[in-house]
Amino acid sequence: MFTFTSPNYEPFVWPFSIGMATLLIYITIKYIKWIYEFDKANRIKILKGLFSLGTLRSVKEIFLESLVHRKIYRENPMLGYMHMCFGLGWALLIIVGHLESSIYQASWANTPYYSIFFYYFLPAGAEYWGDEVFGFLMDLILLMILSGLFIAWGKRLYSRMVGMKKTTKQRPYDRLVKGVLWSIFPLRFLAESMQSAITGHGSFLTHSTGEFFASCLPVETLSYPLWWAYSLSLGIFFLLIPGSRYMHIPTEMVYIFLKNWGVKLDVKLGPNGELRGLSKFEVYSCSRCGICLNQCQLLTSLNNESIQPVYFLRKVREDVERGNEINNCLMCGRCEELCPVDIDLNALRMMQRQDHSVVTDETYSYIPSLSKTSPIKTGEEYSGCRKVAYFAGCMGHLTPRVIASMCNIFNKAGVEYHFIDEGGGICCGRPLRLSGNRAAADVLMQKNIERIVATGAEILVTSCPICYKSFKEEYELPIMVMHHTEYIDMLMHCGALNIRKGKERLVFHNPCELGRGCNIVEAPQRVLGAVGEIVATEFDGKASLCCGGSLANTVISPIERGRIAADALSRYTCSDPDCVVTACPLCKKNFAKVKQPVPIRDISEIVAERC
Amino acid sequence: MVNFGFTISVTRAVEYDKNDKGCAEYVALRVPSSSACIGCGGCSATCTAGNLTEFNIRKIQMLMKRGENQLYKEQLHKCMLCGKCLTVCPRGVDTRGMILAMIEYMREK
Repeated sequence: MFTFTSPNYEPFVWPFSIGMATLLIYITIKYIKWIYEFDKANRIKILKGLFSLGTLRSVKEIFLESLVHRKIYRENPMLGYMHMCFGLGWALLIIVGHLESSIYQASWANTPYYSIFFYYFLPAGAEYWGDEVFGFLMDLILLMILSGLFIAWGKRLYSRMVGMKKTTKQRPYDRLVKGVLWSIFPLRFLAESMQSAITGHGSFLTHSTGEFFASCLPVETLSYPLWWAYSLSLGIFFLLIPGSRYMHIPTEMVYIFLKNWGVKLDVKLGPNGELRGLSKFEVYSCSRCGICLNQCQLLTSLNNESIQPVYFLRKVREDVERGNEINNCLMCGRCEELCPVDIDLNALRMMQRQDHSVVTDETYSYIPSLSKTSPIKTGEEYSGCRKVAYFAGCMGHLTPRVIASMCNIFNKAGVEYHFIDEGGGICCGRPLRLSGNRAAADVLMQKNIERIVATGAEILVTSCPICYKSFKEEYELPIMVMHHTEYIDMLMHCGALNIRKGKERLVFHNPCELGRGCNIVEAPQRVLGAVGEIVATEFDGKASLCCGGSLANTVISPIERGRIAADALSRYTCSDPDCVVTACPLCKKNFAKVKQPVPIRDISEIVAERC
Repeated sequence: MVNFGFTISVTRAVEYDKNDKGCAEYVALRVPSSSACIGCGGCSATCTAGNLTEFNIRKIQMLMKRGENQLYKEQLHKCMLCGKCLTVCPRGVDTRGMILAMIEYMREK
């Protein structure tokens, strides 16, 4: 039966209302300011995206990621459940609460505080459509949040319970805000229980505890102050959000919309070196959950607990000195792979690396141009219609066996090829780019493009994943670019290679730049499956480890690189394989520097042997 | 002066006391492993840039340690930072880090 009551009011609604209004005004102004900084192309994308499928996709993503926390579930179900309790639980509490109060009032337009404190305003004996179902649901949701809270408490005592070896060291301010957040739900539970003892509403949870409290406590006196406390905790939490990590709650949702509308990260910094546009949304979207911590090999192998994205982004937000954090990173992308908020962690760090290069006409002028006599073949020498060009890369030249194997494979498959850097080539420019020197990298890029295009080939095959990534992403070549694993896979697929399967047990180490960097995961698996027996490890595909040789890190010493390599190798070999296979000359070289329990070989070496 | 048809060579004494060792000190601080260098020249042998030009890391690090900064200053920007030298060094010297530290020092000066 529908009953209509006049709008209810109590002075205790004020802390909540003031807090919420202030927060809403604050974030609206802030977001408008950030969006105003977007360049024109991105602003147009927002306008176009508003009424596109992207908006629907965003709503779905917000539900799955911001509320259900699907990605964290994949990482650890218990941790996912904990985050879901807070995310989905709180959202349901608001939605179902609003629905219930709207049905009771027979109006959708009630004040926000009315639904939040609905059980206080609900008179004793009031009946409305679905009252028992709603009472049950609201109790169930509250119980869910409280169970999450218990896990959160447990996580503080023993983080391995939720699969985390390390958790974020939060600042005192964030711990305070967390304390306020954690007090909200128990206070609501107590207030509703006491109220239930007075008015008789509530269901299995609040009604039972209410009856219990009524038997031993003066519920009439305690109920009103508890509603005040509940409102105060909400209000204070809202007021504290802007300076805390909980800014991620509203920012993450806006970020998801912007991302789905196709807004691109602006990699150029502002005139004073400040972040602009989407990167601000990304920085504030970090919830400091600490999942990146356990991914970082600088932490697990070198015990460095200060440069991980969670701490780096905090320093970016606080705008404090962060030279070490910017440069001391392997850029392996393991953190980015598991980041539940999908923040472009590598790009955010890369864009802050300073470009020290001074480019003049003299820069790299010693590199022979194609017209001069040089160890590098000129355009005219590339006679005939060879379709394939091979680029071994700097690191490729350090592993002559890889080059010999590739030549062998080309010959066996009857492929005629141009060996671009046979007599020694030049660097692809990515190592320069990774150290921030983008302008100098562009000079090398132009020189390489000239060389590659002069071959007239249709496919460029490279042995080095570092070169591969830069050829693919930065060069904008008019021809197809393939890493040798992809190329071998293609040759096998079209029957050009006759492979004999062996009995060797192989573990594959997917190089960072190839697997996570360029999304090449299946090709090496197919190739390896054809030549031997693959031994699965927990570091397969995009979960692979970094060999420690990464040129992106300009801080750690070779000894520390060795420690990362040794750790990675021991983790790869714990299933006792016959051989660890990689597809990157740099990884091979770097592993070669430490004690190897089993041989380290390139995928091309094994294929060349068996075809 | 009487021309005997030959001259004696100019003294190539290294003026350790007069030279500016600021860069050497900066690099020693930033890249401690640089002190482990035995000057084997492995880095120069493998160097991508050295393959095409006079750029020679072994020589540069020697001049840097002597404080003869003017003699190699212009060479530094020839490096492509490809990292091959880092991989071949038998003494675990962060050669790439040394070049970066030298460039940094020269810029700040």
